[in-house]
Formats: sequence, structure tokens, C-alpha cells
Amino acid sequence: MSTVATSQIKLTPEHARPRASVRSRLQDALPKLVLAPSFAITIVFVYGFILWTIYLSFTNSKTFPSYVISGSRAYQRLWGWTFDTDPPSSWYTSITNMGIFGFLYILICLALGLFLAILLDQKIRGEGVLRPIYLYPMALSFIVTGVAWKWFLDPGLGLEQTLHQWGWTSFHFDWIKNKDFVIYTVVIAGVWQASGFIMAMFLAGLRGIDGEIMKAAQIDGATTFQLYRRIVIPLLRPIFLSAFIVLAHLAIKSYDLVVALTSGGPGGSAWLPSNFMYEYTFKRNEMAVGSASAVIMLMTIVAIIVPYLYSELREKPR
Amino acid sequence: MLRKLLIGTALASGLAFTAHAEDVKEVQMLHWWTSGGEAAALNVLKGDLAKEGYAWKDVPVAGGGGDAAMTALKAMVAAGNYPTASQMLGYTVLDYAAAGVMGDLTETAKKEGWDKSVPAALQKFSVYEGKWVAAPVNVHSVNWLWINKAVMDKIGGAEPKTFDDFIALLDKAKAAGVIPLALGGQNWQEATMFDSVVLSTGGPEFYKKAFNDLDDASLKSDTMKKSFDNLAKLVTYVDPNFSGRDWNLATAMVIKGDALVQVMGDWAKGEFHAANKTPGTDFLCYRFPGTDGSVIYNSDMFGMFNVPDDRKAAQVALATATLSKSFQSAFNVVKGSVPARTDVPDTDFDACGKKGIADLKAANDGGTLFGSLAQGYGAPPAVANAYKDVVSKFVHGQIKTSDEAVTELVKAIDDAK
Repeated sequence: MSTVATSQIKLTPEHARPRASVRSRLQDALPKLVLAPSFAITIVFVYGFILWTIYLSFTNSKTFPSYVISGSRAYQRLWGWTFDTDPPSSWYTSITNMGIFGFLYILICLALGLFLAILLDQKIRGEGVLRPIYLYPMALSFIVTGVAWKWFLDPGLGLEQTLHQWGWTSFHFDWIKNKDFVIYTVVIAGVWQASGFIMAMFLAGLRGIDGEIMKAAQIDGATTFQLYRRIVIPLLRPIFLSAFIVLAHLAIKSYDLVVALTSGGPGGSAWLPSNFMYEYTFKRNEMAVGSASAVIMLMTIVAIIVPYLYSELREKPR
Repeated sequence: MLRKLLIGTALASGLAFTAHAEDVKEVQMLHWWTSGGEAAALNVLKGDLAKEGYAWKDVPVAGGGGDAAMTALKAMVAAGNYPTASQMLGYTVLDYAAAGVMGDLTETAKKEGWDKSVPAALQKFSVYEGKWVAAPVNVHSVNWLWINKAVMDKIGGAEPKTFDDFIALLDKAKAAGVIPLALGGQNWQEATMFDSVVLSTGGPEFYKKAFNDLDDASLKSDTMKKSFDNLAKLVTYVDPNFSGRDWNLATAMVIKGDALVQVMGDWAKGEFHAANKTPGTDFLCYRFPGTDGSVIYNSDMFGMFNVPDDRKAAQVALATATLSKSFQSAFNVVKGSVPARTDVPDTDFDACGKKGIADLKAANDGGTLFGSLAQGYGAPPAVANAYKDVVSKFVHGQIKTSDEAVTELVKAIDDAK
């Protein structure tokens, strides 16, 4: 949104003359006219519906939206469920899963992506073939990834079954059927899908580093490890931030992966907040609670994104 | 804002319809009958309507319990784009009727005499404020055992009459190296089985009080605790890989003889039929031990929406065809359920179907016909889903003891009420 606003300001000439001809006035207005439809659509379908969701979360909406304000009962229920740890409430499961999934997914994707990028950056033969192989999982939808990994991880069909047939009968890997580990299978599938993309981002960053700096460091006697530790990785800082933002929003909006991979997991143990929102809004006819959980998800994203935008935008004038 | 959009869409579509007022010779149907037996059963209705010149257009959605279909329906209705009819369960019909989007079939109902022929228990859901809003297609009952006869003969088992008999039978199967109990570890399947366990453990009175009247004292009682104990016992007989399995895959395990028995509603019989199996020789159907004489029912209904006038004729044709005696018989023979009207002869039905029809009649007369909580006929969806959560968490170990399960059940149901 901010990009639209800033570009509008930029495009408006600061020294608009009062006696401008019709033609130049039209030229001035053209950017605004062109941007107006997308601006209006964003206002309505993003910000409008955010407000509508916030409004619904304070009503007593059940199956269908109701417009009678009835206080913050939905939030009170969510707040109560936040501390229902034994047995875990669905909301508690969802937010702890979000923590586990978000942390591991972002961390492993960054680490693996950087590692692969560094390896691919060694001017090896066949890089043109290898790069797309790592990148292509990102071209698949989460549903395809989820179903493929569901079959692969199913003890009766996939990895375990195959290894048993090959003779390794003591092999045991049933995380996808295990309420305590099912969320880690979501991490595995998610990392498989996204790490190649992160690799491509890092690779672009590595290619952008000035070779002279590297040579100077090598002449000064830096080992390869020191080179990466002290020079390359600090120089990649902007890439880390961009990758983090991409991964963070992928993590928070993950819904289809959980559904396709685990159908919610044993006893709902693989739920993420997005699954919770969908379940309560559409299956349980508790639209107010669903909306409240959506608002909390939004607030979480805002809490992460706003400090980032603030720091980024503050650096610009320098 | 959304309202304005809706009105806009409604007006636009209204204009479009007045532009060409000729009757639409098409029935748009939202349903989730996708597995072999179910799809075959639905073809009977498609054939009947084709004879009257109405084309059939599916709005199909895959998935066993119809959750996805209900979401699709909600989106369609919110957009003002009503299907002619939709497969619906229990309280969902009443929810939509209360929202004022259902049509009115009272005229057709009077002409066809539905008031007298459809059981009163079903009319609770198909009639809203004196208006017929849905056409019941069938009556399913949930408290059945489906047993592979070859496996049963091999282990030398006999029909279990009590819950303890049932456990003994499962032990025999375990000793013989067969998977004793085929279960799909999805919350609705687990809860469907638990419906029967509760009826068996507490008896008809208890089931009604706890799961239809949501009586606090019954939900908290030791009988409920005992029911959870019994459920825990049953769960020890499933294979380790059961979590997340679809119901028809569990039925296939019984059909193939990998497993001895499945506790499932009578829609499972459709799968046996689709695999060309006959009751008595290939498979056996018994009431869940200790529930003979009572029927836990659910019923598929075709909810009829308030469609524009040019589509009403198609809707009436659909409703009339749905409740015609010939279709009720032909359809339910294939589907595994029993007719939704009591005056349909049972001549075409197999042994299981004949027993089902007789049981339904007896239960209807004797007052032991109860709505299934797991299937959305015992209480509104919020309560039913809270119930499914608790049962599923108990089966999968998040809830560890029966005491805890009872406490959680009471809490969840109170919270959702």
C-alpha cells in the first residue's frame, strides 16, 4: 500500500504551474487515474475486509454474519483457551504449533538456503542444471507438496514400507501419525518446498558481492571460513531480511500444507492458527471466534512486519 | 458493504433471469457422494430425472463427511448463487431455513402426502415453521457392525450380544493375526463409533438424555466415564496406522479380509455392494452389541433453496422424484440405507436392509429412534464439533484419562451451547 502512496507523491510534479495546459494537466492526472482502480480494489478488498473482520469479531455471528455488537466474548474465549494446556485446547495447539513451525521453518530454510547457495557459488560445472532442480519445488502448490509428502511419510505406503521391503525391518518413522511429532513433518515438507527459493535469493546476493573485496581478504590471509563468516554473510544482511519476510509470511499463511499433508493431524494436533480460523468460521458456525482468531493472526504479522518496515524506511534517507 | 454487493449480485441475476423467463431444464445439485457405492446410488436419481427431461449438473466436492461441501455451499449462498438443492445434514437445514434462504415445498408435500409417510423424527429437520424446506432421501443408522464372514469363520466367532462378547471376539481376531477393528482416525469416524458405545454402555434413556437433551448430569455421570473406558478398550484393537484414514478405506480393509470388523453407519454396505459382496455369505451385519432395539439415525436430506421462478419447476420435479416410492426403494437398496418414508415395501432389500427397515419401524413406534450426535442430528454443529474434538483427542492421547475426558466433554459442550 505504502508503495502506491509514495509513487503517487513522486509522480506528482512539485512545481505544478497554475496556468498549465489541458494536456499537461491530463499528464499530471494520468498516473493517478491509472492507479485509481487498483487503489480502490485494495482499499475495499484488503483494508475494507480487515475492518469488516474486526467488526465481526465483536458480534455474536454464528453461521452467518450478524451485525449486532455483543462485546468481546470471542476474545475472552480465545484468551481462556490460550492457557488450556492439559489437555491442550485447539487454540493452544494452534499457537504452539505456529511457534514451532515458524521458528524451525524460517531457521532451517535460511540455513539450508545459504549453505546450498554457497556450494553452488563455487563455479561448479552444471550449475545451470542444478539450480532449477533446487528451485522447482517452489513452483508446486502446497497441495501437491502435501500429498506427495503424505504418501512418502505414511508408514504403510512410503519410506518405512519401502525400507522394510528392502530388508531393514527395524526402521521406524511414523511421525506423521504421531500427535507429538506431526508438526515436524509439516516443517520437513515446508522446508523442502521453500529452501530452493531461498537458495536462489542468496545466490543472487552472492553474485552481487564485489570480487575485489574477496580478493583483498584472501591476500590479507583470510581463511575460507573467515571469509564467509566476516565478509560474505555480513554483506548478505539485506538478503537475510528479505528472505525472513518472505518466509515469515509463508509460515503464517500456511494452511493448505497442513490440510493436504495431515488433514489436521491426529486429534487436530497439526493445526495452525489458519486451520483454527477456517474450522471455527466455516465448520463450527462460530464466525465471531473465527474472526477474532484472524484478527490475532493479523496483529502477530503486524508486530513482526512493522518494526522491519520502520527500520528499512528509516535507513533510506542516509 | 457485503450486503450491498449481495444485493447488487441478486439484482443483476434477477435481471438476467427475467430477460429469458423460460423454464430451466436443469437441476444443480451440491453433494459429496463420490465414493463408489454412493455415486452408484445417485445415478438412480439422475436416471429418473433424465426421463422427465431434466439435465443433472453436479456441483461436486470431494471428501467424506461433507465439511468441504458445506463450506462451498456457504460461499454460494453468500454470493446469492443458490443451487437447486444441496445434500444437507440435520441442523444445517434449520440454520439455512432460519436465514431465510430455503424454498417452500409445502404444496408438493401436501399433494404427495409426505406428512403421513415421513417419520416424525425426520420432519423435525425437514419442516421449518410449518413449511417443507427439505426432502429426506434416506434414513441411515449408525449403530452397526460390519464383519468379514470368511475371517469370522476362520476365527470361529459368533454374533456378539454384549460389549464383553465383542471384546472377546476382537481378542480372537488379534490372536489369529488379523487386524481386529478397522477404524479411520478422523474425528467424525471416532465420534460415530462413540455414539454406539454410549448407547451400548448407558442404554437408550441415557443416550437420549446425554446426547439429544445435552443433560449436564448425564454428561458428567459415571456411565459416561464408563463409555470412555469402553472406547479406550476398542481403540487398543486398531492397527497403528489408522490415523487420518478415510472411512471407505477402512471398509475396504474389512472387504479384503485384512480386518475383521468395522463400526460404521450403514453407508458402509454400499461399499460391500460395489465390491459385489452379498450379506450372509460374504459379510455380516449386526447391531452394535447391546444396542439391539434402538436406532441411532442420521438422514441425508436434499435442502431446497429459494431459487428463481424459472428454476422452481425443476426443483419440484427433483423433490417429487426424491420421495417417490420407486426411487426410495431403488436408491436405498444401492446406498445401504433405508427409505425415508415408512410405506415403501421391503421386497427388493437384502437381509441387512430388511432388518434395517424393521428396526426403524420398531424404534419409531417404541420411541427409541435417536439422532446421532456425531452426524449432526443430536445437537447443533458447534456442539457436535466440540464433541468430536473431545472424542478425537481422547482416541489420540491428548486427553489421557476417562475422568479428564468427561470433564472436557462437559466443558466443551457448555462452551459451545
